[in-house]
Amino acid sequence: MSDEYDNNKSYQAQSSEVMDGSTGSVNPDIDYVRPSEVGEQELYHPHSFIEKWIFCQDAKVIGVQYFLTAVFTGVVGLILSWLMRLQLGFPELAGFMTAEHYYQFVTMHGMIMVVYFLTALFLGGFGNYLIPLMVGARDMVFPYVNMLSFWMFFVAVAVLMASFFVPGGPTGAGWTLYPPQTILEGTPGAGMGILLMLISLSLFVIGFTMGGLNYMITILQARTRGMTLMRMPLTVWGIFTATVLAMLAFPALLVSAIMMTLDKVLQTSFFMPTILKAGEVLEYGGGSPILFQHLFWFFGHPEVYIVALPAFGIVSDLISVHARKNIFGYRMMVWAIVGIGALSFFVWAHHMYVSGMNPWFGFFFATTTLIIAVPTAMKVYNWILTLWRGNIRINVVMLWCLGFIVTFVNGGITGIFLGNVSVDVPLSDTYFVIAHFHMVMGIAPLMVIMGAVYHWFPLVAGKMLDEGLGKWHFWITFLGAYSIYFPMHYLGFIGVPRRYFEMYDSPYMTSAVGMNEFISIAAFIVGAAQFILIFNIIKTLKTGKKAEQNPWKANSLEWYTSTVPPEHGNFGDRLPVVHRWPYDFSVPGAKEDYIPQTTAPSEVIHTEVEKT
Amino acid sequence: MSEPKIDGFELKPGFKGMASDTASDQTMFKGVHWGKAMMWIFLLSDTFVFSCFLISYMKGRGSTPVEWPNPSEVFALEAFGVPVPLLLIALMTFVLITSSGTMAIAVKYGYEKNRKMCGWLLLATALGGLTFVGMQAYEWSKLIHEGVRPWENPFGAAQFGSFFFMITGFHGFHVSIGVIFLFIYTYKVFAGHYEKGKKGWFTKLKGDYVEIEILGLYWHFVDLVWVFIFAFFYLW
Repeated sequence: MSDEYDNNKSYQAQSSEVMDGSTGSVNPDIDYVRPSEVGEQELYHPHSFIEKWIFCQDAKVIGVQYFLTAVFTGVVGLILSWLMRLQLGFPELAGFMTAEHYYQFVTMHGMIMVVYFLTALFLGGFGNYLIPLMVGARDMVFPYVNMLSFWMFFVAVAVLMASFFVPGGPTGAGWTLYPPQTILEGTPGAGMGILLMLISLSLFVIGFTMGGLNYMITILQARTRGMTLMRMPLTVWGIFTATVLAMLAFPALLVSAIMMTLDKVLQTSFFMPTILKAGEVLEYGGGSPILFQHLFWFFGHPEVYIVALPAFGIVSDLISVHARKNIFGYRMMVWAIVGIGALSFFVWAHHMYVSGMNPWFGFFFATTTLIIAVPTAMKVYNWILTLWRGNIRINVVMLWCLGFIVTFVNGGITGIFLGNVSVDVPLSDTYFVIAHFHMVMGIAPLMVIMGAVYHWFPLVAGKMLDEGLGKWHFWITFLGAYSIYFPMHYLGFIGVPRRYFEMYDSPYMTSAVGMNEFISIAAFIVGAAQFILIFNIIKTLKTGKKAEQNPWKANSLEWYTSTVPPEHGNFGDRLPVVHRWPYDFSVPGAKEDYIPQTTAPSEVIHTEVEKT
Repeated sequence: MSEPKIDGFELKPGFKGMASDTASDQTMFKGVHWGKAMMWIFLLSDTFVFSCFLISYMKGRGSTPVEWPNPSEVFALEAFGVPVPLLLIALMTFVLITSSGTMAIAVKYGYEKNRKMCGWLLLATALGGLTFVGMQAYEWSKLIHEGVRPWENPFGAAQFGSFFFMITGFHGFHVSIGVIFLFIYTYKVFAGHYEKGKKGWFTKLKGDYVEIEILGLYWHFVDLVWVFIFAFFYLW
């Protein structure tokens, strides 16, 4: 917009001239947006129930499909975590569970939550629903490929779930799947379980690639008139950068999955060293287990940011809308997202400090890891400065956002401990690590997901979720999450190792047992509290209050569709034309406390809007 | 000299142009078809796949304790009673690179709406790709006949066979997919689908000759990857 007039001052002077009536009319050029470059998108409208709801090409339906499938896997992951906590807190009640079962639950819980729940929910769910609406497109650019993307994900989930029912059960090698033990006899699920896991991961990568190409090209090439990159909501920036990371990081996962499948099926030795088993030399030899760790974490670390960056973006928008203030330092936020994304490719070996690599190598990765704290801290300051003197609505959405900031800062600070080699070595493989990553990439993004669900539910379903139930949901989850993970830091400091089925007669027993019981009870309650949301959604769909259009008085395009909920094609006959960023809240001089992105400059002529 | 324009938006050359395109609304890559942009980004992702394979190969070759087989002996082919190193590979490479050439000319004729020439050249490209896959199948069967297996081989380190079959197999899979699509598009061009505005079988959307260029991008990429595999596997 800066091309259109020099600065606010001259713009105001011009408008006051108009008000005085001393000069002529308003210069019509200030509303100019250049004509469309790309023609109208050709859409295929569904003709049957199956085309409309099952093999649907509409990104909004695909988004909801992704969301529901991801939530289903998330519930499975939640139940697995309950079973783990039952064993750790009350082993006498968990007599049905063997050590093998426990390892399988640990593995499946980790993989499900990181890949099939959080990644699919943020990119597949929110990405599909919000990207076309927020950038002002009719749909994703390749609707058919987008549909294939969901069904590939669905098959991946089905294969993953099938591994619960094959002989030997799912793999129990830990979610990192480190060779050589992953595929050797004696590890739970070393037969069919690991094979199905690897196939499922490969299918997930293929499905995600199809979706990711859609997200990227829609954002880069299908924005509406007036929508520059720097006028996009931060949600879109977060999802976009996360997609770029995924497109470059998932190849490493795909390659390691293929190589390990060959090690398993064809007895190749990519990752398998010479192994002696009960005095006998196995057929493997000459491979490098460390190679797998490098490949896995080259995927695994960006994966953390694939989950975190969309959460950063979404929470920025939620905070801005519900604090009625523009996001503080928008450009800084964008560059921080991009910078974090770029840095995330140079830190992977901080997961491998104890793998036996050269300590100087670890020192390099400690340095790059700690550099990430800089853009991340900038983001946290900006969220707080956005809240600063804002007209804050303490509603459920805002509560989740505040919960996010607290848990994220908490998890980030423990990350500084673990990023340093010398501090990490004694803490690695203890409950401190569990507490750290659950706080920073489990609870914090989950808080954002919950906030986003309460925020966008009126758009998706046209009804308002119940605030009272939402507050119960929030407070139980927030306080409960702290009850679970705060004591775990202490457990880590006293040296309780993670991934242990039981502590036997170790000295940890006496000091850790009461705490483990407490954590388990909290985990049961927090898990159960999540069903409040499901109950709330069902109740709202049946009897909920009908939402007006744009109930939160937000500015971004998704609230300015022709119908609520938006129909196929999103914006009716004419695509919206964008004149400003989505953060014009509480602008001095404006009639309302918000100015939609579609409002032309001439309509808000005597206001002090930001130049965007 | 006036700069090219898109609907009143001036396209500046060089770095300045990149900055102004990035800062503009609607599209980042001015005048670039969605499908073309998609293929470029897909190829970037695929580059990472092949890079991971080749880096793993270097690491695997470096860390195995057994000696690596000598490629110029393993890949030699008898011609008139004389073992010529890399003969088959040289032929394969020649065929694949040539097919890249015919592909590029097919794209040119496609944009000129020269349906016949475009179709014939696509067919030539497809046949080139098919020849490549055929020669690769011959090479595989020859090596298998000599006792090379993914898990062992008589020439040295077991990883030689593992990496060889995996990487050339993955590349051959790419070529095969390309050949299938080349045949499909040969049919589409000869049948005049683009002129008639016939809708796609799956997407139910109309096509355009730009699809030939998108297919060409993929095909050139597959050739380029082969050059790297050739260098790392056969020349190292």
